[in-house]
Amino acid sequence: MESIRQIFEQLFGFEWGGMLYTLASNVTFISAIIVPLLLGVAYLTFAERKIIAYMQIRVGPNRVTFFGIPWLRGWGQPIADAVKALMKEIVIPTGANKFLFILAPILTIMPALAAWAVVPFSAELVLADINAGLLYILAMTSMGVYGVIIAGWASNSKYAFLGAMRSAAQVVSYELAMGFALVCVLMMSQSLNLGDIVNGQQGDSLLSWYLIPLFPMFLVYFISGVAETNRAPFDVAEGESEIVAGFHVDYSGMAFTVFFLAEYANMILVATLTAILFLGGWLPPLDIAPLNMIPGFIWLLLKIAFLLFFFLWFRATFPRYRYDQIMRLGWKVFIPITIIWIVVLGGIMQLPETVRGDFPLNLWF
Amino acid sequence: MNRIKKFFSTFLLLELWKGMLVTGRYLFKPKITVHYPEEKTPQSPRFRGLHALRRYPNGEERCIACKLCEAVCPAMAITIDSEQREDGTRRTTRYDIDLAKCIFCGFCEESCPVDSIVETRILEYHGEKRGDLIYTKEMLLAIGDRYEEQIAKDRESDAPYR
Repeated sequence: MESIRQIFEQLFGFEWGGMLYTLASNVTFISAIIVPLLLGVAYLTFAERKIIAYMQIRVGPNRVTFFGIPWLRGWGQPIADAVKALMKEIVIPTGANKFLFILAPILTIMPALAAWAVVPFSAELVLADINAGLLYILAMTSMGVYGVIIAGWASNSKYAFLGAMRSAAQVVSYELAMGFALVCVLMMSQSLNLGDIVNGQQGDSLLSWYLIPLFPMFLVYFISGVAETNRAPFDVAEGESEIVAGFHVDYSGMAFTVFFLAEYANMILVATLTAILFLGGWLPPLDIAPLNMIPGFIWLLLKIAFLLFFFLWFRATFPRYRYDQIMRLGWKVFIPITIIWIVVLGGIMQLPETVRGDFPLNLWF
Repeated sequence: MNRIKKFFSTFLLLELWKGMLVTGRYLFKPKITVHYPEEKTPQSPRFRGLHALRRYPNGEERCIACKLCEAVCPAMAITIDSEQREDGTRRTTRYDIDLAKCIFCGFCEESCPVDSIVETRILEYHGEKRGDLIYTKEMLLAIGDRYEEQIAKDRESDAPYR
């Protein structure tokens, strides 16, 4: 790293070289995160179509392949879809507010990608190791809803507007439960830094992960995450069978694809955060010889894949919630549970040292 | 007791897990999809596909231009012109079927007194230009010549039920 910096300084002089080096290194790191992420998004769509198809005893996409290799059949599908979307026209409706119409997809994907800056991929691998990581994540994920609302408003269409209103109310209500669930994690780890949160879950086995003491919070967080990303069974904002496609009815081509990318990037983000906050991030499930030899990055990927499978599984299993039921679940079930759990957790943390130091509790406190 | 049970089953999402198990089991079930161009579903001998005009074994075309099929056709897809041939028989000079109009009801085949117009099992045909789906007498006769064996076999297998 330092030697590359020196090459830059020799080439462009001390001041410019330092600045250019910072720029170049940051761009490299960012693309090292974004490019695999977008590839992951592409293949998540493929995985979704395949898995949902298999659950409906169909086979899913199985035609597009690379260079005619038969065992790769279907794997070219996301690439073909991307090419198709790129070549389509972006139709802007006459009545639409052009500026906001273009701005909305950008506003949706920006936070979905920006949130990845603070995600630790292993003990050392993190772009921005900031102390307010969790706060930053909360702020970024809440930004996503603006894109949806603006898209619905700018389209100047009834269905898009209905979808946007639904989405706004839903995301705001679930943000609360989500935030409270994060407060529990915060109380356990005593830190907002995502790396410290994972380190706080270090132990001999998966028993020391926050999954066990915070199991209800895990469920609340994960289900709120599904609701936050507007995924089935909480996809009333899209609701293709009732309000055609909700907030993005009037979007086509690449503008639609950007919404699509943002939705899937958010799914991966929620899965990653759940893995980091509750499933011990890059930590192996058992700290014994063959398992802790595997790099932490692989463990994190496995956990993310496991959680993403649940997103797809939910979509294949559950019918869409009615709107008032969504609100009931958010306000009357999740928020009381989280508040009670915060109180219980605070009580446990105030127990005398002698009780907290004994077996089950010493794993986590 | 019952209330405690209900409390825990609600909070452990038992019913949702049951539903997910059902879809989870389907994930591993054998798939029922027929991979179309490589595999095909079985066809009935009564299948109503592309039309054909048949000939007698001596090569004479069967159609006598009675125009019953033209009359019965509910979609008005058939157009027939006829003239007297040199040997004094009445024959068609024009026999067009507009397959874009045709609804494949099979009435033409039912109405034909000489089993000339038939519907074959062919379903994989297409047109690339406007007008490609208007099949003329020559084209229909060519189809009949080409698939006569299959057509005759299908008529025979259906004969006991008619």
